[in-house]
Amino acid sequence: MAGSNYQPKSKLGQWIEYRLPIFSLIDGLFGSYPTPKNLNYWWSFGSLAGIALVVQIITGIVLAMHYTPDTSLAFASTEHIMRNVNYGWLMRYVHANGASMFFIIVYVHIFRGLYYGSYKSPREILWMLGVVILLLMMATAFMGYVLPWGQMSFWGATVITNLFGAVPVVGDSIVAWLWGGFSVDNATLHRFFSLHYLLPFVIVGVVIMHIWALHQHGSNNPLGIDVKGPQDTVPFTPYYTAKDLYGFAVFFLVFAYFVFYNPNFLGHPDNYIPANPLVTPAHIVPEWYYLPFYAILRAITFDIGIPGTDIVFITAKFAGVILMFASILILLVLPWLDTSKVRSAKFRPIYKQLYWLLVIDVFVLGYVGAKPPEGILPTVGLIATAYYFIHFLVIMPILGKKEKPLPLPESIANPVVKSAE
Amino acid sequence: MKKILLAVFASLMMVGAVSSVQAASDAEHPKDLSWGFEGFTGTYDRGALQRGFQIYKEVCSACHGVKYIAFRNLMEIGFSEEEAKAIAAEYIVAGDLDEYGDPTERAGKLFDYIPSPFPNDIAARAGNNGALPPDLSLMIKARPNGADYVYSLLTGYEDGHEVAAGMSYNSYFAGSEIAMGQPLFDDQVLYADGTEASLEQMSQDVVVFLAWAAEPTLEARHKAGFKVISFLLVLTILLYFSNKKVWAGIKAKKKED
Amino acid sequence: MSNNDNDGNKDDDVTRRDFIHVAGAGLGVIAVGSAVWPLVDQMNPSKDVLALSTTEVDLSQIEVGQSVTVVWRGKPVFIRRRTAQEIAEARSVPMDELPDPQTDEERVQKTEWLIMVGVCTHLGCVPLGLQGDFGGWFCPCHGSHYDTSGRIRKGPAPENLIVPEYAFVTDTKIIVG
Repeated sequence: MAGSNYQPKSKLGQWIEYRLPIFSLIDGLFGSYPTPKNLNYWWSFGSLAGIALVVQIITGIVLAMHYTPDTSLAFASTEHIMRNVNYGWLMRYVHANGASMFFIIVYVHIFRGLYYGSYKSPREILWMLGVVILLLMMATAFMGYVLPWGQMSFWGATVITNLFGAVPVVGDSIVAWLWGGFSVDNATLHRFFSLHYLLPFVIVGVVIMHIWALHQHGSNNPLGIDVKGPQDTVPFTPYYTAKDLYGFAVFFLVFAYFVFYNPNFLGHPDNYIPANPLVTPAHIVPEWYYLPFYAILRAITFDIGIPGTDIVFITAKFAGVILMFASILILLVLPWLDTSKVRSAKFRPIYKQLYWLLVIDVFVLGYVGAKPPEGILPTVGLIATAYYFIHFLVIMPILGKKEKPLPLPESIANPVVKSAE
Repeated sequence: MKKILLAVFASLMMVGAVSSVQAASDAEHPKDLSWGFEGFTGTYDRGALQRGFQIYKEVCSACHGVKYIAFRNLMEIGFSEEEAKAIAAEYIVAGDLDEYGDPTERAGKLFDYIPSPFPNDIAARAGNNGALPPDLSLMIKARPNGADYVYSLLTGYEDGHEVAAGMSYNSYFAGSEIAMGQPLFDDQVLYADGTEASLEQMSQDVVVFLAWAAEPTLEARHKAGFKVISFLLVLTILLYFSNKKVWAGIKAKKKED
Repeated sequence: MSNNDNDGNKDDDVTRRDFIHVAGAGLGVIAVGSAVWPLVDQMNPSKDVLALSTTEVDLSQIEVGQSVTVVWRGKPVFIRRRTAQEIAEARSVPMDELPDPQTDEERVQKTEWLIMVGVCTHLGCVPLGLQGDFGGWFCPCHGSHYDTSGRIRKGPAPENLIVPEYAFVTDTKIIVG
């Protein structure tokens, strides 16, 4: 990683630095690291996500000391944590709400990147690593939600693992392999626990690469123009440490409200009913952070084949599964789908409007995902799904070529429009 | 500003979507009551807790368990150690194996959990016309608006509707037909503290008890939350000004330019 | 130096070396593959799980029009003793109305007894009996309707409810699995 020329002042520090250049590394990451001076608060969500990950790992390790991943004991051991373990309720509520907080932060972080074009050259790999982190987070959160072994845990696991049954030919074998049996059962719970413990550390590894890639070319900024020289930047410390610390405090205030005064608001009451493989809850709803993807999963209600014949290329179920994964994977190629030379939406008048349309589209998907598929909602879901893909596959490539961007400012330090252009 | 407004609007929409999920059901929406344990400083009323336990013990416990509550927990709701021990001793629980390896029974002790009325779900169904009386330990948290719901259910029985044999009509229950007959009636119990045992009073009391059973750490949580949030407020204000001060030089320079 | 050494018998040397490299790499791949397979296969159903794969059911207590649910491989199995009307309904459906065409005769061994896995073929929820638009089963998760033969009629499920392998041991006893 990018170390600086920093030299420790003390003899001991110099002795260590000579053998392990850790002080210059830290200085390069968070110390003298030159950062654009015009970052707004939306940029605080990156380091916030880091804090949220640390909170999840710490509380998770503590919870694992008391939790039992066995179908006969999982629910009871969760209650044991809530009732008997000292501060167990605090650890569990922080961990459960922390997952939601983590997703809010990461979604804001992603949409900030979309607005200011942070995925564009030379930050493509930085962005792609971010998408990998999102995928890992979703897998981790899914398996974590299974662990309390309530009704939603069990049925959420059943519905999601059954998705893989849609894969032609080998689907059933994959599902049996995932389950380790003929249904979601003890073997499934146990392996989910193992992986739920492991994946966060894989996320840490990818986060390190994410930060590494970030420091290669430095942060993007609200103007989306490159840093021209030292007059455009400030050292990370004290400027952004102070700003981020203030952001942390505000975040923890929101977090604390949920943990202490509304800890079950983001959860589902059915998960306080022990898992029962013979009774399905009336409405199976995933956690809120999956709702848009759940809507995409359910968007296709018809088989895709040659009309008027019995020939089916892709069953409705498999099409939904493909679309759901595609909706995330499409982000991997976004840097190449967006053909605009201008990064920030500030200078892209049409993209700016369409950006907010995409945001609304995602919220509509979330709403459809939350509701039973009745009345007009399946149609709304299908249209919103179609628009989601149209935004990335059609609008982004064409708009980049057709749109006339506003004139860009001269530099970050001198944000006036270059009159010559 | 526009962005912030939009973000606020968006999050409100999300909240709306989440809460509308939880409300989705064909049953009548529960009555909206205000409970002493709600809000930032909410606590459980000790009198209601003990009366509620009395209702549970004399009425509900014939069919329903509260298996996550131990007799020692009763000291948290205002019973003295002697009283809790005396209540425990009224119950018979499984003891250690005797010298021949045979099972024994003994009187309950503080560390024992309150025994459930049926040894298992099959026995419970067999004793209740095939319907399973659920364990009540977590009932208030296991239903949307749990406290309002249970109160509405207990006070919502109606006569004069056509229902299947052995069922009762209750519009707050999904499907409106419930296998549990009306459990509470006016003056069914004699309250030790002289409170009038009306149906509403008893229902409220037992709901408070069950709310505590579902979330016994609520009071500790509210107290801790007050400290944490007060502390964070001060810290946030300090960090806000600290951040302002750090950036003062840069902002001033910008203005000069 | 090394270049000079190779120059003498270049072709011969290259092919022999290629062979050694290819063989070495091939064996290496086999070694890694054999080491990975146990790690993959350990996730498949274990022996004790496989051992629980049959269930015996006594049918003598079930009245006409009654259903029971038994557990087989951790999943519910619906056993329904159908009424004459239900059988007639199931048999009168034209095949072209069915998304997954199957005659009622193909789905039962004895006309009266409908035996099938009570798991929705959409995403694995448990359908509710005597509900839905076709008098059969209705899945509350995503709204699939099944008829009195357990065939999918409406909703997102792609297939009929699965009929497990079963055999009548006696007139009133079956083995599922």
